[in-house]
Amino acid sequence: MTNQETAFHRRRKFISSLMTILTAACAVFAIVVLLIIISYIAVRGVSSLSLQFLIDTPKPVGEGGGIGNAILGSVMMTGMACIVGLPVGIGAGVYLAELGNNLFGKVVRFLADTLIGIPSIIVGIFVYTLVVLPMGRQSGLAGGVALAIIMIPIVARTTEEMIRLVPNAMREGALALGAPQWRVTWNIVLPAASTGIATGAMLAIARITGETAPLLFTALNSRFYNYYMDLPMASLTVQIFNYATGPFDVEHKMAWAATLILVGSILAINIFVRYLTRRKY
Amino acid sequence: MDNKITVSNLDFFYGKAQALYDISIKIPEREVIAFIGPSGCGKSTFLRTLNRMNDTIPDTHAKGEVIIDGENIYAGGTDVVALRRKVGMVFQKSNPFPKSIFENVAYGIRINGIHKDKADMEVRVEKALRDAALWEEVKDRLSTSAFGLSGGQQQRLCIARALAVQPEVILMDEPASALDPIATQKIEELVVELKKDYTIVIVTHNMQQAARVSDRTAFFMLGKLVEFNPTKKMFTNPDEKLTEDYITGRFG
Repeated sequence: MTNQETAFHRRRKFISSLMTILTAACAVFAIVVLLIIISYIAVRGVSSLSLQFLIDTPKPVGEGGGIGNAILGSVMMTGMACIVGLPVGIGAGVYLAELGNNLFGKVVRFLADTLIGIPSIIVGIFVYTLVVLPMGRQSGLAGGVALAIIMIPIVARTTEEMIRLVPNAMREGALALGAPQWRVTWNIVLPAASTGIATGAMLAIARITGETAPLLFTALNSRFYNYYMDLPMASLTVQIFNYATGPFDVEHKMAWAATLILVGSILAINIFVRYLTRRKY
Repeated sequence: MDNKITVSNLDFFYGKAQALYDISIKIPEREVIAFIGPSGCGKSTFLRTLNRMNDTIPDTHAKGEVIIDGENIYAGGTDVVALRRKVGMVFQKSNPFPKSIFENVAYGIRINGIHKDKADMEVRVEKALRDAALWEEVKDRLSTSAFGLSGGQQQRLCIARALAVQPEVILMDEPASALDPIATQKIEELVVELKKDYTIVIVTHNMQQAARVSDRTAFFMLGKLVEFNPTKKMFTNPDEKLTEDYITGRFG
């Protein structure tokens, strides 16, 4: 009897440590892949990095060139996507969390989840027919619209989740003071959920900064600094695609450097988000 | 003695499940009324019908009348926001807002537009905190987060917040159940003090607490009001056998 129990315990201990090692190995594997990618990009990209590279526009092979206009284009189109996407997404999230416990809310929630899962190139094609064809040319505007469409459902769903985390007791406390519903949402619920909503917004920004496919049809590309949203616009991701598919080694080197800038800024956004969320708790 | 609240034949439903059966009760002005009864007997549900807080729970409805100052609050066209300003509430778990101590109290004053100017606001916040017996403990840190207070202080802050909007009735849903004995004693003293100006309805699981603070006690069971009598009579010579069994701890 005692012997059996000891054997049983030994077996359990063995399986326990085996599983610990296995899961730890998986965790290490996941991290190592990411580290390899980042360090590889850093090693390949850092040699072509210079201030000139960050300011210049693309030039014919052999005359240098850079990604200045692409950085500006990415910032402008991401900025436009934020101007449209953040208010709409946050507003939709507030509706879903606070008022959306009905059939309409269920439909919107389902469609938002579907939209999140749609390949981004399809959003590009959609905006191509919706904006590019009527305008007669590709433009930064169309690129921004495509990015906003990708952004809205992500922001809406994360906002909804964050607002649902606000304890109901807080809402009731405000209602019991004679606060109307809109004041409860505006003064109590939104501030309480603000850190989480900001995190969701930043992650959505990080996500659209890395999008290439929806910009190929919509913003196209440009070899020049372009300050107007109604003209074709360069972006980091499309510029990387162009450099990487070019036939010359110099171009490949610049693609690596641009990738380093892109990954670096997404990493920076994520770290910034961590910092923001850590400060309050 | 005038009746502040008169409830007649009130039924309450969560969906199809009936939670309250034919409740009729008259609550006099400026008294403390305790609601006692085993868990799930409907005392909290009943308390929340008195300021229509149950409206926030989907798929619920009430039948019958709740008349406060001559007006049936379940009649169509009732301004629920105005009702809740008149009938304040303190919850079981203290629920301060994620704001400073000052702002927690100022919030209700501000949204109801009660104050004249900034100085008036400060006076009102101080008075509410004094009335809730919290002023001395927090006067030097009004601008710090409300979450930095202890559990008992947070609950008194919630009471101050409720007092600040000048209600006439205060509903308390087990206000001391999560507090230690000393904090509980402070809340109880406060309830007795507040009786001078307010009508107070307090739900409690603590029989001694009901005996200590209340003028009248209502005993609920399985959604029905079993007995409603002056507290002294209730705890010495109740009319109903069921009440006696519960109070003496034979069940529940």
